[in-house]
Amino acid sequence: MREFGYQRVFDVPDALAFGADPEARYLGGGTNLVDLMKTGVDRPALLVDVRELPLDRIEATDSGGLRIGATVTNSDLAAHPEVRRRYPALAQAVLAGASGQLRNMATVGGNLLQRTRCGYFTDSSQPCNKRIPGSGCPAIKGEHRNHAILGASEHCVAVHPSDMSVALAAFDAVVHYETADGPGELPLAEFYLPVGDTPHLETALPSGALITGITLPPAPVAADSRYRKVRERASYAFAIGSVAAALDVRDGAVREVRLAFGAVASRPWRAREAERVLTGGPATPHAFADAADTELAAAEVLPHNRYKVALVRNLVVAMLTELAEEAAR
Amino acid sequence: MTTMTGTTATAAAVGTGHTRVEGRAKVTGAARYAGEIPFAELAHGWLVLSTIARGRIRSVESGPVMSMPGILAVLHHGNAPRVTTDYTGLLGRPDPTVAVFQHDRVPCAGWPVALVVAETSEQAREAAAALVVRYDDEPHDVAFSAGRPGTYTPESSPRLQAETRKGDVEAELAASAVVVDAEYTTPEEHHTSLEPHAAMAHWDGGRLEVVDSNQGSRWVAEDLAQLFSLDPASVRVRSEHVGGAFGSKGVRPHQVCAVMAATVLHRPVRVVLTRRQMFSLVGYRSPTAQRVRLGADADGRLRAVDHQAQNLTSTVHEFVERSAAYGRVMYDADAHHTVDRVVALDVPTPTWMRAPGEAPGSFALESALDELAEKCGMDPIALRERNEPDRGPVSGLPFSSRNLLACFREGARRFGWADRDPRPGLRREGRWLLGTGTAAATFPSGVAPSTAAVTAEADGTFTVRITAADVGTGARTALTLIAADALHVAPEHIRMRIADSDFGQAMVAGGSMGTRSWAWAITTAAGELRERLALGGGIPPEGITVRSDTTEAVGALAMRERHSFGAQFAEVAVDVSSGEVRVRRMLGIFAAGRIVNPLTARSQFIGGMTWGLSMALHEEAVRDQASGALVGADLAGYHFAANADVPLIEADWVDDTDNDDPIGIKGIGEIGIVGAAAAIANAVWHATGVRHRHLPIRPDRVLLAVGGTGGAG
Repeated sequence: MREFGYQRVFDVPDALAFGADPEARYLGGGTNLVDLMKTGVDRPALLVDVRELPLDRIEATDSGGLRIGATVTNSDLAAHPEVRRRYPALAQAVLAGASGQLRNMATVGGNLLQRTRCGYFTDSSQPCNKRIPGSGCPAIKGEHRNHAILGASEHCVAVHPSDMSVALAAFDAVVHYETADGPGELPLAEFYLPVGDTPHLETALPSGALITGITLPPAPVAADSRYRKVRERASYAFAIGSVAAALDVRDGAVREVRLAFGAVASRPWRAREAERVLTGGPATPHAFADAADTELAAAEVLPHNRYKVALVRNLVVAMLTELAEEAAR
Repeated sequence: MTTMTGTTATAAAVGTGHTRVEGRAKVTGAARYAGEIPFAELAHGWLVLSTIARGRIRSVESGPVMSMPGILAVLHHGNAPRVTTDYTGLLGRPDPTVAVFQHDRVPCAGWPVALVVAETSEQAREAAAALVVRYDDEPHDVAFSAGRPGTYTPESSPRLQAETRKGDVEAELAASAVVVDAEYTTPEEHHTSLEPHAAMAHWDGGRLEVVDSNQGSRWVAEDLAQLFSLDPASVRVRSEHVGGAFGSKGVRPHQVCAVMAATVLHRPVRVVLTRRQMFSLVGYRSPTAQRVRLGADADGRLRAVDHQAQNLTSTVHEFVERSAAYGRVMYDADAHHTVDRVVALDVPTPTWMRAPGEAPGSFALESALDELAEKCGMDPIALRERNEPDRGPVSGLPFSSRNLLACFREGARRFGWADRDPRPGLRREGRWLLGTGTAAATFPSGVAPSTAAVTAEADGTFTVRITAADVGTGARTALTLIAADALHVAPEHIRMRIADSDFGQAMVAGGSMGTRSWAWAITTAAGELRERLALGGGIPPEGITVRSDTTEAVGALAMRERHSFGAQFAEVAVDVSSGEVRVRRMLGIFAAGRIVNPLTARSQFIGGMTWGLSMALHEEAVRDQASGALVGADLAGYHFAANADVPLIEADWVDDTDNDDPIGIKGIGEIGIVGAAAAIANAVWHATGVRHRHLPIRPDRVLLAVGGTGGAG
């Protein structure tokens, strides 16, 4: 592997100064980046270790939401009492990912910036538009069982691997960052860029920007939320389909619903169409299925990933039905 | 000077549980593996593999790389030492894949095209990544499918028959009241031993020394001697600790590369494979496509068994996955036909992988038996009882011992089989459908000639020297117990030295034959030593050593069908709305001869059953047709069962004595896998009413099979 420099930083200005080098990468837990360096997929000249930055707190915001620092570990995030109480789907999503050891290392900021696990992306001997723009996407005609059914393009059909981001998408999280020119923020819905013909450009973060944290706005509906993840073994695998769902039902009618899908697109997929169809309507399995179908009508399947449509639809129906039944009790 | 008095053990060591003699060293990290043993002046080699699947190397542009920091050499077909593959080794003709850098042909993706050697492994790795290799690409063909053009029946040898026939299968099928005709497939599977392959080679005063991780040091030494045209006595290979092998750790390109580089550079060179390289270089289990036809009378008596299996091999070497051989010992029928066919494609050569043949073959045949039981309206165990042979169904030879039905009886009792409602798709628990399944298992009980030396030391202890290999199974411990009993001393008095080719010829750790073969040699030497010691007199300072060679005794063994047997049981939960399958419990009861160390034996059975679970639900390597290479060739892409997938697994055994056999051990390394995947697939049918004939039983397959008729694709 390429020889690289390593710089530990203790405050944000220092981090930004070192991070300005286009060949520098911020190092959080290293649970993804270091693998990519070993396989030659990423070849940074400098690692700027941000783990000692004072960004490891989880605090309530004045408006009743939560602010989560970028270097909070996945383990601490999932264990935090306020996260578990107010946004249980977020805690469940984080716990559904990786292993205990990895969650102890992985950070919130790094989790947002995970790279896809597409087998062509991670193999530097293969073409990949995400890795080498213009080299082609072999997955479309090749192995794509776990590739995107929504929002993909002819240039890339990879899916985002993060479970955490799916729950964040459901709860309208906002990503905060710092640059040399000052702070900025991006709603999660705008954080990940559409694939289009630039699959190598994954986020709207400015060059050299450092994620400092995320905020979750208050969302009472999130208190009755859950996350379900289906994968090809019981643990320690990326999702082949996942759903974050929250439901508020009064008198048999949907007052508010949140739905986000994982492992179906290059970004966590907020199912706004399904939410729109459901809101104000009956909380019945039939309505849930119709809503899922509405959202998934846009699905463009490849020969080996069409099962995902049925999988996500079934998950939506099962989870919303369960939430509705619990609300009725 | 000492005598035997006072060291006589009061209790037999064999048959009682003993922790591994090297266990403390392993869990404290004191045990060193081939990739981490320090050597002075060690240089590091890094392999460069082809990125095309077929063609020729036009150029290896080593010039720019040679000027990179620390680079010592770039070996390739233009400058590497010559080797010969014109020999027959212990286990047959060598796979030309090990003859690295001998020509410019590239027969598959992941073929070794160069070795970069540097002062550090990081420097070698970086230069290997930078090395430009130019190719003349040719069209490749890696598409494996049943009956595809190019499929042929390989030549049989006396030991390994590709095809067997008895009676008229077509006539018996036509006369059968009930017929099953189904196709089954299993995917490409990889050993992925925890410890990657690693070897260090250096020349020491005209002797080639290799520190390796293998399953037969003498085997590797003799092959290296042949490859490099050396006097076998001038090659020494050691392999003290091995972190898993499963058939993949024989002679492989890394040892050959290390010897080449050590020869060229006159200094020690180590070559370690990466996980990704292992997927190309150390063999794998071929995918199989199998058709099984069973014909039976209405009462389940088999009239016809037809098992036609197909696997792939490379264009440079023929390896046959003998899936169809499984049925030749299992079930009697009036007519019997079994054949293993093969097709050569532009892929790496497959090899033995734990339970070669039996693992995929049992999935097909034991699934088909379950389908037949369903069609006959019979209990699956009763069907197997009805077709229990009293002699080898094809060979006509008597069984040395066959306790399959005892396994089923004990298993059924412990699993609660009698309470089972045979109808599928009836049991629900929340979102889960529940089902149970069973399957039989068998594995050959072979033995091969071995030598051993046992020394009575002057201090009253004993030293055993044998070129055995402990690939993580506990062989070192088992042999210690064997030696202790043979010498009538406690195990603490035995010093067991293994895995050094200088100790002489011995069977490899493979084919479930290691412990049986080695124990025979140790027992023989120990017996003679005891006779010598019984004559009285003291022990001189250099000790008294007796050597044994079991060649004659093994050759005199009567012709019998010698096999272990087993019965597998599984309970599964299936969520057909998500496609998830969870195994809730497994039970395996085995008849596998004398069990030497119950503690590690249970581990091996459970490990095998876990492997079978993994085969049923998870394992699958996917080859990209366009590039000819694997996609996701790492442990993120190649899934095997994680801890959360592995439920309560019980393994136990029934008495299986064989008075005809002087050693009584049958070998337990592989049978735990056999039938396990079929038991799980049969349980999935019982849960859902859908037959899954293609492994692994992935969520997408379960999902898409909902509402399907019978089979799932």
